[in-house]
Amino acid sequence: MNSYKEKLFKVVTYTASMFTIVLLFGIIVSIFREGIPLFRVVSLKDFLGGLAWYPTHENPQFGIRTLLAGSVYVTLGALMVAIPLGLGSAIFVSEIARPRLRELAKPVIELLAGIPSVVYGLFGMAFLAPLIREWFNLDTGLNIFTSSIILGIMIVPIIASMSEDAISNVPKALREASYALGGTKWETIAKVVVPSAKSGIIGSVLLGFGRAIGETMVVLMVAGGSAQMPKSLFQSVRPMTSTIAAEMGETVVGDLHYRSLFAIAIVLFGITFLSNLITELVFLKRR
Amino acid sequence: MVKAQIRTEDLKLWFGENQVLKAVNIEIHRKLITAMIGPSGCGKSTLLRCFNRMNDLIPETRIKGKVMVDEENIYHPKANVTEIRTRVGMVFQKPNPFPKSIFKNVAYGVTIQGKLNKSETQDRVEKSLRDAWLWDEVKDRLHESAFSLSGGQQQRLCIARALANNPEVLLLDEPTSALDPQSTARIEELCLELKSRVTILIVTHNIAQAGRISDYAAFMYLGELVEFGETSKVFTVPQDKRTEAYLTGVFG
Repeated sequence: MNSYKEKLFKVVTYTASMFTIVLLFGIIVSIFREGIPLFRVVSLKDFLGGLAWYPTHENPQFGIRTLLAGSVYVTLGALMVAIPLGLGSAIFVSEIARPRLRELAKPVIELLAGIPSVVYGLFGMAFLAPLIREWFNLDTGLNIFTSSIILGIMIVPIIASMSEDAISNVPKALREASYALGGTKWETIAKVVVPSAKSGIIGSVLLGFGRAIGETMVVLMVAGGSAQMPKSLFQSVRPMTSTIAAEMGETVVGDLHYRSLFAIAIVLFGITFLSNLITELVFLKRR
Repeated sequence: MVKAQIRTEDLKLWFGENQVLKAVNIEIHRKLITAMIGPSGCGKSTLLRCFNRMNDLIPETRIKGKVMVDEENIYHPKANVTEIRTRVGMVFQKPNPFPKSIFKNVAYGVTIQGKLNKSETQDRVEKSLRDAWLWDEVKDRLHESAFSLSGGQQQRLCIARALANNPEVLLLDEPTSALDPQSTARIEELCLELKSRVTILIVTHNIAQAGRISDYAAFMYLGELVEFGETSKVFTVPQDKRTEAYLTGVFG
């Protein structure tokens, strides 16, 4: 009886894990199968390097350079917002806050991660964008600047919580060594604690990067959506993710536009795969 | 008689409600080795950590009484804690090098103080490593990680790191308890060599070690300084029954 249960348990968990892996591979295979045929018509160079994104029926052009630039600018902007905020709060929570405040602050920061991205988008669209438009006297508040801020706030919890774990895992003995050599609290944090937690902090930033570049809803709502090469922080862009989300409904299954969106998905997959891979390697090295 | 390097006056210490030190009065003599012995939890490490104010880092610590280093009360409200810690260096039970290069480990203290230029820093690092008998082993790989050293070498690196601040006093908190016998012997010899320059206080569980290297010995029991005197006397004709019992292995 018991061994029957044991076997059943094994079979169930095995099936679940196999199912997950098969699903994942199924998705990867299908985006490649739908996307790759585009390159029979459009060269890889024109696709990645082309400036014009005109997915029209006649004389279409499928250059994603502006979309790629949109994604990269918004993501880098988000990191510039999120790294100081996330690292700052991680340091505060683990090194400076009193135990009671720490117990309060950490779950609050992690709670931010539970807010659906569409809510962030809504907030950005309704409150932040009009504010930015007024402050900087712009035609529209839906631009790189605004979406970087919203996206940045969205990934703060990832960076803060993972960095906090890395920082509080730094052995107490190292802090004591620094104090015993005449180090102040600040010197100890800046020269010993943070450098010792370096790999965890880098990992958190890479994870935040992967999350930001794949984020769709926020950029769809707040980035403005025009496929142009931005000349300033206050111009609208159309990141890769929002292009796929916005245009998929207009395509005919199997046509070039449809295939080009899958090809964009391949590029996105490649970028996130790479950043996750580096994250894994960074952590592997630490162990 | 020369004035004592460190002197405590009715030093009492509590962790929360728990009194760990009970009115300790002790005089530590200049450029000699004083060993602090006693069973686990007797307060000997806590007393040691009073001399460079490391107990400040433990929340809910309360201290009464005075600790005079060179006749200056280091618990005075206006005392400069970081400056005191450069004068009174410390080496811990487990070697705790920073995850940095050998060079940067030794240079840490002088780097944060920023008083020395680059070549002076290099000279100081070399001198400290020589004084800790580590120079010959590491001179060709100063920029490798400190973790590439063996346990005994790491502990000597920690000694070099403390010496780089030119301290007057060196506090050693069971410095050999995590080391093999050979590394232990080397650090004991090193202590005997260093006492010509610094006052050394060593907490040890190892009675034989205290007998081998110390000039003065302090026996502590349940937060009290039970007996203090020249090691030769404390070890041969202990005045207190408890000291005698500990030294003969009745408890401990």
